Amino acid sequence: MERIPVLRMGSLLLITIQVDMHDKLALQLQDDVTERISEWGSTGVLIDISSLEIVDSFIGRMLANIAGMSRVLGAETVVVGMQPAVAITLVELGMSLTGVRTALSVEAGMELLYGNAITGSEDERTEA
Amino acid sequence: MNDLAEIISQNQDKLRSEWIRTMSSSVERADLISKAELDEQCGSILKEIVDGVKTNGPENINGAGWNGTRELLSSISSSRARQGFSPVDVAMFVLSLKQPLFVVIREKMAKSPDALFEMIWSSTKLLDNLALITTEAYTATREELIMRQQQELLELSTPVVKLWDGILALPIIGTLDSARTQVVMESLLQAVVATNSRYAIIDITGVPTVDTLVAQHLLKTITAARLMGAECIISGVRPQIAQTIVHLGINLEDVITKAKLSDAFALALQRSGRAVVKTAAHAAANPLSGLFGKREE
Repeated sequence: MERIPVLRMGSLLLITIQVDMHDKLALQLQDDVTERISEWGSTGVLIDISSLEIVDSFIGRMLANIAGMSRVLGAETVVVGMQPAVAITLVELGMSLTGVRTALSVEAGMELLYGNAITGSEDERTEA
Repeated sequence: MNDLAEIISQNQDKLRSEWIRTMSSSVERADLISKAELDEQCGSILKEIVDGVKTNGPENINGAGWNGTRELLSSISSSRARQGFSPVDVAMFVLSLKQPLFVVIREKMAKSPDALFEMIWSSTKLLDNLALITTEAYTATREELIMRQQQELLELSTPVVKLWDGILALPIIGTLDSARTQVVMESLLQAVVATNSRYAIIDITGVPTVDTLVAQHLLKTITAARLMGAECIISGVRPQIAQTIVHLGINLEDVITKAKLSDAFALALQRSGRAVVKTAAHAAANPLSGLFGKREE
């Protein structure tokens, strides 16, 4: 069965969506991401959707869901590389994906997640 | 009905010179079109009219036989619309043919008044119809011109400028309606991708009024930019507009707003870890000149 690969990069999960998403694929991805986070103890999820050109409300909700689920499991989600047309479509659909962090490129997204990891550990240190 | 075609083709040269003479007294506009060009146009129109009358008769102006005439007249009137003729000039161009044509018809058919009347009636109807075609073509050209200018205005009025590495500015001039918001949104998002910019400043100094609709359009643009990973700052909020926004109860809590473009730029620089400082040597040598220097932190 067709599947979107979930790659492990240290404490992060890297997901690159390079095919047109259909609903089954999206649900499969949700399962995979949640399982990998709990299996590997990841602290960040990076979803690259720069090749995604068509989006509907289901996919939009799926992104929000993955972010929500990851947060419950203790990982932060960053969506990177959204195309202008996709952004406009999501806004027109009334989905502003509040709670999902965004970045322009994979690089910027990593910076965001690693930056969080660093400040997070600093906070812990000061608290301790 | 082929009598009319015969009369015109027999007297083509006379009609043409008389036609041009009639026009010269009213609507020749020698400033816009040369005599030789006018002469040529009149000649070809007369030829086409003869063809049209021969194949379809003077009544059925929509028939295939009149295609040539219709196309010729349309192209002449649209070129005149662009040259700056008035609608009256364009319509009178065809209507000026009436007098010379009637004179010729009267000469030919003076003996039978009934036939003369019939002939004059059908030719006046024909010329009126032709004049209507020119007017229609004239208006269509003008409308096309207006549409194109509107489109150009729309595109010109939303430039996206790069202020610094990773900082864009989008000065909006004029009222934001749905169509414009779409253009603004698209050009901003395209520029964000093209320049890989983390910050976008939307300057609304040139927006005369901000109502709930405009605010909604702005928020949409900001949300779309956020989805792509860029942060928007609204600048150029005039005191009057700040009051309106609060009175209307528009929620701009989640949006960073600044009074001036310079404030917004300073914030964007600060957030991207940059600062603007005076270079010591330059400031000492020429304290009044531009004081921009860059210090990467």
